[in-house]
Amino acid sequence: MNIVLIFLITIFSISLFFYGKSKTKTISIKDNIKLNALPKFYGYYLVLWCSIPALVFLLVWSLFEPVIIKSIIIETAANQGATFNDKNEANLIYEKIKAIHLGTYFGDIDSILKESALAYAKFINLFTNSKVVLIFGIIIASVIYSLKKIKNNSKARDDVEVILKGLLFVSSLIAILTTLGIIFSLLFESIKFFSVINVFDYLFGTNWSPQRAFVRDASSITAAEFEELKDAFGFIPLIAGTSFIAFIAMLVAVPIGLFSGIYMAEYASIKVRRISKPIIEILAGIPTVVYGFFAALTVGPFFRQVGENLGLTVSSESALAAGLIMGIMIIPYVSSLSDDVINSVPQSLRDGSYAVGATKSETIKQVVIPAALPGIIGSVLLAVSRAIGETMIVVMAAGLAANLTINPLESTTTITTQIVMILVGDQEFDSPKTQSAFALGLTLFIATLILNYIAQRAVKKYREKYD
Amino acid sequence: MTKEERLKKRHRAEKRFRFYGLTSILVALLFVVILVQNIFSKGSSAFKKTVITTEIFFDQELLEIKNGASEEDIMEADFYDLMIENLIKAYPAKDRDEEDELLKLFSGDAEIEIKKAFLKDNNLIGKIITLDLTASDDIDQLHKGNYPRDLPEERRRISDFQLVIYDYFVENKKISKNFNNYFFNNGDSRDPELAGIGGALVGSFYSILICLLLAFPVAVLASIYLEEFAPKNKITDFIEININNLAAVPSIVYGLLALQILLATIQLPRSTPLVAGITLALMTLPRIIIPCRASLKAVPPSIREGALAVGASKFQSVFHHVVPLALPGTLSGTIIGLAQALGETAPLILIGMVAFVVDIPSSPVDPSSSLPVQVYLWSESAERGFVEKTSATIMMLLSFLIVMNFIAVYLRQKFEKRWN
Repeated sequence: MNIVLIFLITIFSISLFFYGKSKTKTISIKDNIKLNALPKFYGYYLVLWCSIPALVFLLVWSLFEPVIIKSIIIETAANQGATFNDKNEANLIYEKIKAIHLGTYFGDIDSILKESALAYAKFINLFTNSKVVLIFGIIIASVIYSLKKIKNNSKARDDVEVILKGLLFVSSLIAILTTLGIIFSLLFESIKFFSVINVFDYLFGTNWSPQRAFVRDASSITAAEFEELKDAFGFIPLIAGTSFIAFIAMLVAVPIGLFSGIYMAEYASIKVRRISKPIIEILAGIPTVVYGFFAALTVGPFFRQVGENLGLTVSSESALAAGLIMGIMIIPYVSSLSDDVINSVPQSLRDGSYAVGATKSETIKQVVIPAALPGIIGSVLLAVSRAIGETMIVVMAAGLAANLTINPLESTTTITTQIVMILVGDQEFDSPKTQSAFALGLTLFIATLILNYIAQRAVKKYREKYD
Repeated sequence: MTKEERLKKRHRAEKRFRFYGLTSILVALLFVVILVQNIFSKGSSAFKKTVITTEIFFDQELLEIKNGASEEDIMEADFYDLMIENLIKAYPAKDRDEEDELLKLFSGDAEIEIKKAFLKDNNLIGKIITLDLTASDDIDQLHKGNYPRDLPEERRRISDFQLVIYDYFVENKKISKNFNNYFFNNGDSRDPELAGIGGALVGSFYSILICLLLAFPVAVLASIYLEEFAPKNKITDFIEININNLAAVPSIVYGLLALQILLATIQLPRSTPLVAGITLALMTLPRIIIPCRASLKAVPPSIREGALAVGASKFQSVFHHVVPLALPGTLSGTIIGLAQALGETAPLILIGMVAFVVDIPSSPVDPSSSLPVQVYLWSESAERGFVEKTSATIMMLLSFLIVMNFIAVYLRQKFEKRWN
């Protein structure tokens, strides 16, 4: 239906374009008046007025129609005597009604379901009809309005440009809407979570075992259950595991990345630089799931084998394997940024250092690096934020159980791994377990935001210093 | 220490420092080589499958249909007995147990393969034809040399008797390797020899298409606004800060956003390329806006001023002159953004694309998988055959990424104007 409507709107708009164009042309010739804009702008004007309000209306309608129909249907089913205890059962009944309507339901159909399915068919019909009527009403109203404006020999080009400028502005607002959407969706569930679990229990608890909250409704929680839940959501082991793996990753990425950045900026010939820089940047372009596969199937077992030979017990999901591979993934973030930063250190500083007899490496160590330090720190912070937000490598190669450990050979878990583990497969709505994933997401979002903010400030301050 | 010694020491330090730099670059390059070599050596064998050449006699007694049967009748007919009778003739087995072991050497689709042969030519009853039937995963891996045969029997998935049959097949040249059409055409399966990336390819294609249709126009319009029209005020600053921050938000957070807004609130269908495309579009948007703005910024002001001087409006100067000149950079930025979106996994897992989907999706609102999610799913499977399938999927994914990046570089180098 929607596709038909969009098609109709398009056809209608195109024909209006030609209508507007030729109409204004004939008017100007017949009445011998000078038009205030080229005829095609009158056409554009009509097209914009015909399509935009109708399409916006169609979009909004399509977004809200299913939600509204669903709530109406569930209500009518309840009025007819259907019983359901929570949201999940209500959803199930709604799905059944929908399936009966589509003829794809093969279970027993009782009178309540049958009546509701009829009601559903009625409402779908009603909604579709009113949608079509309203859209045509909107099109007719806006076309009449715009035709009237054209008749007055308006400055059509200016009008078109104002509308288009509005469109441009709305497009740029989508970034803000996305941010708002993220904040809203994370906060919404997190607030529910923190109404059950104390914020301090979450932030400072040392035990993470969300499976204890499995299949449990947050609204009807008993005192005994509450005591048990209280220390099931301790954040400390997760942040410890995340920082630990990120730390191992930085131990790999910072030296290799920094030295490659320095070499490329200071020593490498243009030819070497032109070849090696893109190849290193390949490392950042490889999907993280590939690294995860490599870490889980090649590096993890390899470390365990080596450990066995040395008489060590190495978990096949060790923090070391995950951290090492993550470090390699991050190398280009450090190397490219520090390369840029070092390149923008003014040559005069180097020349001054050479003039007093310093070697190249002494110049780099004692003049260039201290001068570029804020920028380098910024790039390292960006890499850290990348590391703590990284998901697939740790999901595939790090462990699932939350151990509080500093032994890199044992397995440990991270914030992102837990989010995936909680939300993969079937979730119960309104269980503290599901909500805890959003609380973790919120924590992660805030942490990366702060790191990025500091990093961007550092890099920007540094750039301003030498500009 | 004399002056000369000190100088020597300093020069040694210089050499050491330079060596460290070179080593780090080499380590990074070495890793690229190791990774690619590892994936290719594991995955290249998945493009071939092992087949067993078997004689099939279409016995009228075992079939309910006759020569010239219609397509529907053939589809409904039972070929199971016919398959069993023919397959156990492939090697002289002594008893039921041995027959069972013999049958296990063929894939679960043997019946369908025989049926397909009959569908092609419905006059086969009473005739004998030779067919290349797909071998089971264990035989496939054994034949490709991925599976050690010198282990003790209880630690092998293949019994001693099956090894004897295998050797007999090899001796009589009944076993060979064919192009693995299943890998490209089939959807997911629990049996590695039948599993394919057809569904994931289509799912990824739809997701990226939707992502492109949503993200590209919005990103271009937004960057035109910010670069050309936006007044310098607090709202503009706020939008800019927002875009920069969004580009650095971990991808999994977009998965949470999609779960809450697209699935729970708007109630779009789970596990579908539609939701995946919208999620990826939201994620890619800031990553496309940044290069788009850079390429708009690179167009010198003289172009705009020239247009304005001959009487063009601000809009005309931007859309007739600046945007076309910035287009190569814009397009290459978009392609690189899409390449990143193609490899993205975490948000897709959260919106339920990990579901086990056998059917190949026919529209963007059918449940489906995508290439990176397929890699994740198969890497969790225990069967030996999925390792090569996973690696081969990665090879496909990487080749798509390489092609996209090449197009991006080509566009930029061929069409972008340098202003000096």
